Amino acid sequence: MDLFKIFSKEPPSKDLAKERLKLILIHDRANVSPQFLEMVKGDIIKIISDYAEIDEKGLEIKLTRSGKQGEDVPALVANIPIKKMKEIGR
Amino acid sequence: MGISIVITSGKGGVGKTTTTANIGTALAMQNKKVVVVDADTGLRNLDLHLGLENRIVYNLVDVVEGTCRLKQALIKDKRFDNLFLLPTAQTKDKTAVTPEQMLELIENLKKDFDFIIIDCPAGIEHGFENAVAGADKAIVVTTPEVSAVRDADRIIGKLEAKGLEDHQLIINRIKYDMTKKGEMLNIDDMTDILAIKLLGIVPDDEKIVISTNRGEPAVTYDSSKAGQAYRNIAKRILGEEVPFINLDDEEQGFFASLKKIFFKK
Repeated sequence: MDLFKIFSKEPPSKDLAKERLKLILIHDRANVSPQFLEMVKGDIIKIISDYAEIDEKGLEIKLTRSGKQGEDVPALVANIPIKKMKEIGR
Repeated sequence: MGISIVITSGKGGVGKTTTTANIGTALAMQNKKVVVVDADTGLRNLDLHLGLENRIVYNLVDVVEGTCRLKQALIKDKRFDNLFLLPTAQTKDKTAVTPEQMLELIENLKKDFDFIIIDCPAGIEHGFENAVAGADKAIVVTTPEVSAVRDADRIIGKLEAKGLEDHQLIINRIKYDMTKKGEMLNIDDMTDILAIKLLGIVPDDEKIVISTNRGEPAVTYDSSKAGQAYRNIAKRILGEEVPFINLDDEEQGFFASLKKIFFKK
């Protein structure tokens, strides 16, 4: 296992620590509760449903970060799987 | 009028009390009149760090409750005539004092001292509220660990919410050999994440253990690297420009020792 480690060139553990910290601090600073995310999710479903049939179970929304390296900003990222577009949307 | 500085961290065990004792002593060594205040009611330890545990008669809670006068509770340091300790009660809890009482107490101390250094308890509850109530500035202590950095960030947020904008960071217990290998968060990583001004870097130093055993702050030891770092921090607090320790110059291990023997600096 250790031999494998030497050749696999894992990134140094501090990079991992930094990445994990950056992500958790976005959550800590935003102070976003799971309830908040559920509320946003509910509203997104309501609005998008007028235009498309969506897979509600597959809908995923999370708080993360985006932007170029060094200028990270918090971002709400939603992944909304669409089953079928409705007529009105065309 | 003196300046009051609270030493805080959020997480426990990162070296708040050690930092308080050392900065207080180092400022006294610079001929400033200093009082170190233990705000950790119920879990007092600052007295032990200074070796003054046997001299306590009255404490902070007695002062607040009016059992004694402020001057009666102040304990003069063994080594420096211009350094004093205001201990707190060990048998009471944090609710024995209110933030308003703390503010009044610190304001009174500011009339007599150049520096009031307040040792904040861990956590973000009542004890924290008390400790920061009378503070003009804050020093946030962290170590290169994810949990300590996370808690430091939370504390910085709390300080800013209170309008305590003058806060600086001390990174404690840096291990140079580990940062070099990339196995420990380095200074840039932490200042980048926390976005706060750096006041000092304190290397991990076994002398801290020894000095605490003896009840003598490490700043009184010439040979202690952590002591040197705290002496530099005190100078920076007084407005002097002191460069940070350059990590690349800090070689450790067998070869470094060999080098030292052959190429004495």
